[in-house]
Parts: sequence; structure tokens; C-alpha cells
Amino acid sequence: MSEETLNLTLKVWRQEGPNAKGRFETYQLSDISTHMSFLEMMDVLNEQLIAKGEVPVEIESDCREGICGTCGCMINGRAHGPEKATATCQLHMRSFSDGDTIVVEPFLASSFPIIKDLAVDRAPLDRIIEAGGYISISTGSAPDANLIPVPKDTADAAFDGAACIGCGACVAACPNSAGQLFTSAKIQHLNLLPQGQAERWARTESMVETMEDYFGSCTNHGECHEACPKEIPLDFIAYTNRDYMKSKRKNRKLQGQA
Amino acid sequence: MIGSFDSKVPDGPMAEKWTNHKFNMKLVNPANKRKFEVIVVGTGLAGASAAATMGELGYKVKAFTYSDTPRRAHSIAAQGGINAAKNYQNDGDSVHRLFYDTVKGGDYRSREANVHRLAEVSVNIIDQCVAQGVPFAREYAGQLDNRSFGGAQVSRTFYARGQTGQQLLIGAYSALMRQVSKGSVELHTRTEMLDLIVEDGVARGIVTRDLVTGDVRSHTAHAVVLATGGYGNVYYLSTNAMMCNVTAGWRAHRQGALFANPCYTQIHPTCIPASDEFQSKLTLMSESLRNDGRIWVPRSHDETRMAKDIPDDERYYYLEEKYPAFGNLVPRDVASRNAKTVVDQGMGVGPLKNGVFLDFADAIARDGEQTVREKYGNLFDMYERITGENPYERPMRIYPATHYTMGGLWVDYELQSNVPGLFVVGEANFSDHGANRLGASALMQGLADGYFVLPYTIGNYLAPLLGQGKLSEDDPICQAAVQGVADQTKKWLSVGGTQSVDYYHRELGKLVWDYIGMERDKAGLEKAMTEIPALREEFEKNVRVLGDGQSLNSSLEKVGRVADFFELAELKARDALEREESCGGHFRSESQTPEGEALRNDEDFAHVAAWEWGGDPGSAIKHKEELTFEEVALTQRSYK
Repeated sequence: MSEETLNLTLKVWRQEGPNAKGRFETYQLSDISTHMSFLEMMDVLNEQLIAKGEVPVEIESDCREGICGTCGCMINGRAHGPEKATATCQLHMRSFSDGDTIVVEPFLASSFPIIKDLAVDRAPLDRIIEAGGYISISTGSAPDANLIPVPKDTADAAFDGAACIGCGACVAACPNSAGQLFTSAKIQHLNLLPQGQAERWARTESMVETMEDYFGSCTNHGECHEACPKEIPLDFIAYTNRDYMKSKRKNRKLQGQA
Repeated sequence: MIGSFDSKVPDGPMAEKWTNHKFNMKLVNPANKRKFEVIVVGTGLAGASAAATMGELGYKVKAFTYSDTPRRAHSIAAQGGINAAKNYQNDGDSVHRLFYDTVKGGDYRSREANVHRLAEVSVNIIDQCVAQGVPFAREYAGQLDNRSFGGAQVSRTFYARGQTGQQLLIGAYSALMRQVSKGSVELHTRTEMLDLIVEDGVARGIVTRDLVTGDVRSHTAHAVVLATGGYGNVYYLSTNAMMCNVTAGWRAHRQGALFANPCYTQIHPTCIPASDEFQSKLTLMSESLRNDGRIWVPRSHDETRMAKDIPDDERYYYLEEKYPAFGNLVPRDVASRNAKTVVDQGMGVGPLKNGVFLDFADAIARDGEQTVREKYGNLFDMYERITGENPYERPMRIYPATHYTMGGLWVDYELQSNVPGLFVVGEANFSDHGANRLGASALMQGLADGYFVLPYTIGNYLAPLLGQGKLSEDDPICQAAVQGVADQTKKWLSVGGTQSVDYYHRELGKLVWDYIGMERDKAGLEKAMTEIPALREEFEKNVRVLGDGQSLNSSLEKVGRVADFFELAELKARDALEREESCGGHFRSESQTPEGEALRNDEDFAHVAAWEWGGDPGSAIKHKEELTFEEVALTQRSYK
């Protein structure tokens, strides 16, 4: 392991509240170890600000293991920063060089209003789940687990969608602030499984249309996949478009209209 | 003391207690359930499953989380798996064996009846989760796959790659959101519980602070359920998430709830060692890695060669040598203490000599890299992302870190604390793991409590309350509680000291790790009991909290949590000092076998130490719940 340290210039978005006017503040940091995580570097910055009597930067994080989805900001213009398949908390300073200027901004999307500094409100993601991101099975009514065989490939494919951590980087990375990758990951996780078939068409229609209430439209840029810390495949968006088209016909039929 | 201190363990044979008790408990009829309001604090596995299930039953539920969405809770980070006595592998597992293993693994410091119930409902959990769409690992024919985990001699662990906790939490979260959409659960995000409202000794509600606006208010209900996790962050460095804290439980303790066995902490043997002093948390590598990885250190104290260049006879495979039967799969406490021993002896590896090797070279040679990648790929990737080292080419470095806390608020068989109307589920209670938790049992307990135990037992409490209203939020009791929290918040903002909250948390963590860590002794614990209050006093006078109370302010959130950690730490030291034996995760160096294993003292300490708040952190009053063992004979653990 190398014992390198870095001197850095940080340009950090500061904004006191949702309606306050924001601005970039510039901070100098020296002797940052390359073994440090990006968030630990921000901890060092905040310790220095507190020592100087300045209000520290609000930057959210929780598990710091890349699984809870709490953290996330734009680092040099990219959601979660420069490394592929890496959430902000798992980004380490070895990805930067001595003398770098690092621009740190909140996730940028009108559906994610800024709460303070780098913290944003991603509540619309929960609204999409409420619209059908579940299998309706009340506690106690489940059959024996092995009565529902699920081919390994199917379970694996469903897992690829279920791996989504709900961080919202896909929305922040998208030029249209579309929510397709998140929504289709959630839909396909359930639509691929035998347990999810009964509600497949109702779920698809409801979740897609709730998504459209909040987010922009997908025009297949693929930036979402590039930013996704879990590398959710773009195919899921195609599967969801297919399921959505089918759902319009199926749901009408189910309602006796066709 | 408020309330009763009766464990309420039902009579009758062990295997029939729960079935009989379910029949004997009072029921709330379906039409009356909507007349009862229940508050659930915390939305991890236990909280989300409890809130969802009670919503399904028809209760009016209010769920609270300090996160922006229920799906962030730290249950999500559990990697390895969840146990269930399904015996799908036909290898001799049964409810009784899971029960037996859990009591033994807990070093005979848990309540048998609770553990038996846990083993019984374990099978229902798997059914429920599969039906929800949890993508557990499968065989090619579509059946569920299992593995052996953490010292178990049967394969009873269900898993979803290395992200079992995430998948189970998404299942519970989706069930919760279904109830939110139906209107049976009212969800409050970014809202922290800061006090318990007690009227005439009965829990009647909570005081919350909106973390975005700073608004402090009360919420009242017929019952309050805490599902607020463990207190591992008292060590500062732990595998817990940054926000995990003891505040909800501690404030309930200050309102009269007994806090049980605070000295029981599990140190997890397979974490990535700290790289420098700015380390903010430690990352756990699932101990499933111990199934195929071999743990060793170089025999030479000043080894400079790369690991792969060190010949076998110069490697010390200390677990395989000392425990030939269990080898690298000895329980967590044994693995952890042995790692500490070799590192203390100067055989540690890595730049700070603060780790041991976990080596997959043999597994890769035997099974091929592809097989190893399929089993552990995401863990290997995570390791490389954090350390910058490729574990396919060189061994991982691991070291123990605080991971789970077996102690917590005291509850009876019905998961009710000694304060009537206050229920505690999941890691926040002390119930099922005794002095040491077995691998893959935390997820099991959280979901057992939330899906299959609390929804029944809470009815037994609520049924007789039919027709009684809840406390008005305008009641002077609520107003006083709200004022207390608001004053406390203002007080922290006006201290105007010189050091940050994190500074004091870090300093506290060092004391707790040094004196109440993997190995404790009388002298150290006595030191802890003077040094912790001294540091707390300095903290209260000299902490610096900037910003305001009307917008998001994480320093302000944290200062109250650290204050509670200070008080808990003092109690933890006292509990550890007075428990003059070693058991499970509590190792007193004065109490060990000639082989260096934990030596219990069943004569004097086969009890739960349940502490009552005595007005200040130093004056806690101890109550004892004696533990009796009908089914499992007490033996000295031996993993040789």
C-alpha cells in the first residue's frame, strides 16, 4: 500500500434551505490520505469547518458500505463520482490525484428538491413503490417456500433488479431526470418471479404511471446505467416498456372492456 | 419500579408453550382493531414487519424513521443469511436442534421459552419472505439453496447472494408500503423519537423531532413499539451504520424501562481493519467467507515477504491448530479473541499490523476461481473497493469489530417491557441471543418478532383497553414532554464549546473499546467507570454544535445520541464489572479455563441483569431475572 497524501481544492454547493439561494464555496484540504473514503474526506472538511466556527456541510450517509442508498452527490458532475459501480460512500481518495479540484453538488433533479447543502428529498421513489412495488401477501398466508420452484436463472435475473439500493443516482444522471431505471428494476424484480404474476399487469401500469407523475421521460441515453452503483441492466427498461404496453390491453380485458 | 418484572413464560412443555399461549391470549375482534392506534419506532426488519403486519390486521399504525425512507435501516447491510429449521437438506435439522444450538451458542444466558418460539416460527419466516418475492439463492431445479453458517453443523441458512439483509428488508419494506398505500399505516420519515410519554406508569406516546423543520411534537397511541436496533456505535468504530444509536431505547430507560445485559456485545471476527485515524466506520465481510477461507498469520513477528511467498510451515493457522473439529468455523467470540491474541503477540499483518489473513488460495486451487467468484464475488469486490487490494491474488486482511449487541431493553415473553404498553422488538430488546448471537440469527429474530410474535401478543395487551381513548396531545403530560425535548435541543445549541461532537464520540469509543471491548478485567472496568463520567462532564461543557434547530442539522441530531451513549457506556462498564464470569461475548480475563476459553459461573450468574434508571447514570439499580434451563443441559462450551 502506498502512503500517498493529497492536497485538494473543494468546490462545495452550500444552500441553507429549500428556498435559500445556493452558491459554491471553495475549501482547501491538505494531507488527505489516499486510503480515506470520499465521505471521510468530507468528515475532515467538516471537522475543520467546526474548528473555525463555520457551519459544517450537510452530506447524508448511513451504512457507508454501498447498500443503504442514503448517500449520493454529484462529484465532478457525475452522480456518485468517477468510479463505475461505486456509491459515493465506497469511493476512495485513491481515485483522485494530488492538486485536483473536486466539485461537489447535490443530486440534480427537479423531482429531488434540495433540503440543505448536499441533502435532497427523494420521496417520489417511495411513492412509486406504494403504487404497486409489492406482492400482496399478508403475513401468515404463505405456502411452504419450496412449493414455488423458481428456476435459478429466473431468481438470478430477478435479483439483478432487486439489487437496486434506491439511491436516485439514475435520476440525477439522466439529462431528462427520468426515473425509468429505478422503476423498471423494481417492476422486473417482481414481474420476473412466479410469485409476482398475479399482479403483474396492474403493478406495471400503476407504477409506470406514478413514475410519470414525478419524473421526466426516458430517451435511452443510458446515463442511468453508467451511474448506477449496482449496474442495473438497461434491458429492464425495455422489458418494462413491453410489459407496460401489454398491461394497457390486459388490464382493459380484465376490466371487461375488451 | 414501574410495572411488573415477570417474564410471563407460559406453563407446559417447552414445545407447546407458544401454541398454548397463542390460544390463551385475548383477541381483539377484527372490527375493533381499527379503534386501536399503535406507534412503531424504527423501520428495519423488526419495525417494518411489525408495522406492516399490524396494518394488515387492521390496527391504525404510525411508523417512524429518522431516515428519508424506511428502506435505509441498517438491517439492509446484513450479508450472510437467515436461519430456519426447514431441514430442506435432510441433514438432521429440526426446531429442537435450532433451539438447542441457539441456547448453547448464547452460552446459556437466554430465556429458553423465547428461543424455542424463535426456532418454531423460523420456518414461517422463509415461507413469508419467498411469497413476498425475496430472491433467495436457488438450486438449478428451482428449490431453495442452503448453506452452513457460523459454526452450525447443519445447512439451515437461507441466503440471497451476500445481500440477504437487503433483500429481506426490501420484502418487509414493500409489505409496509402496501399498507401505507392502503392507509392503514401512516408513515413519518426524517422523524426521530426523543422521548417516551408515560402516564401513571403506562406508555402513552412519544415525542418526536422533525429533522428537516426542527418541529418538536407528541404522538399518542394505545401502545408504543420500539424497533430501534442496537447500541454498537457506543464504540464509535463498529460495523453499524453512522446513524445507529441507542437514543430511543435509552430515553425509554430513563422513563422507567429496564435495560438488560448492556455488557453483552458481539465482536464480529471478519471485518476490514482500520486504515488510519480518520476511519469513520468498519466494514464487515460476511463470515460465510470462513467456510472457504483459511485464517492465518506468519509465525515470524517481522515477516516482510508477500503472503503467497511464505511457506506453509511458517504460517500459523491458529484456529485450525487449536480447534481441529471446528477449525475456521468456531463461533464468533472464539474467532475474535484468538485474532486479538495473535495481533497482541505481534504477529499481525498489514501496514499497521492490525489484522490477520483470510486466505482463499486453497479454495481457488480446489474449486476454481469461477466457483469462488460465484459464491463470494460481491464480497471480494467490496473488499477490493475499500482496500485497493485484489483478494483473488492476495489474502484478505481481517480483524474483529463490534457488530451486534445482545443486550437491550428488558422484555417479557410477550415482548412487552416492564412499562405496560411499551413493546420492544428486534435487536433493541435483549431477548433471544443470550450472551452471544449465532450467525444468521439476527435477521431471524427481527422478522420473528415483527411478523409472528408481536402482532399476536400486542392484542393480549390491547383487548382489555377497548373503549379507552388515547392520551390527548394537548394533555399537560404531553406538553411537558415536548417542552423538555425542545429545551434540551436549545441547550446543546448554546453550549458554545470548542470540540466537535465527533471528537467526543471518538474519545468515548476509545475508552469503551479499551476497557469494555473483547476482553475485560476488574481494573480496566473500574477505570472506565471513572474516566467515562469525567469525559462526559467535559463533553457537556465543551461540545460545539453549530447551525440552528430549524433546519437539517446532523451535528445537533448526533449530540443527543452521543450524550445517551455516554450514559449507556457507564452502565455497560458497571454491568460488565458486576458480571464476574465470562460468557459468550462477555470475556472477563479473570474467568477463563486453563485453555483460555470463557469460563461461566452458573451458580451466581445464570441470570439476566436488568437495570433500572436511578436518576443519574451512576445510580442504576440492578434487578435479576433468574434463568432456569429445563431442556438444555448447561455445559462448558468446547470447540476443540
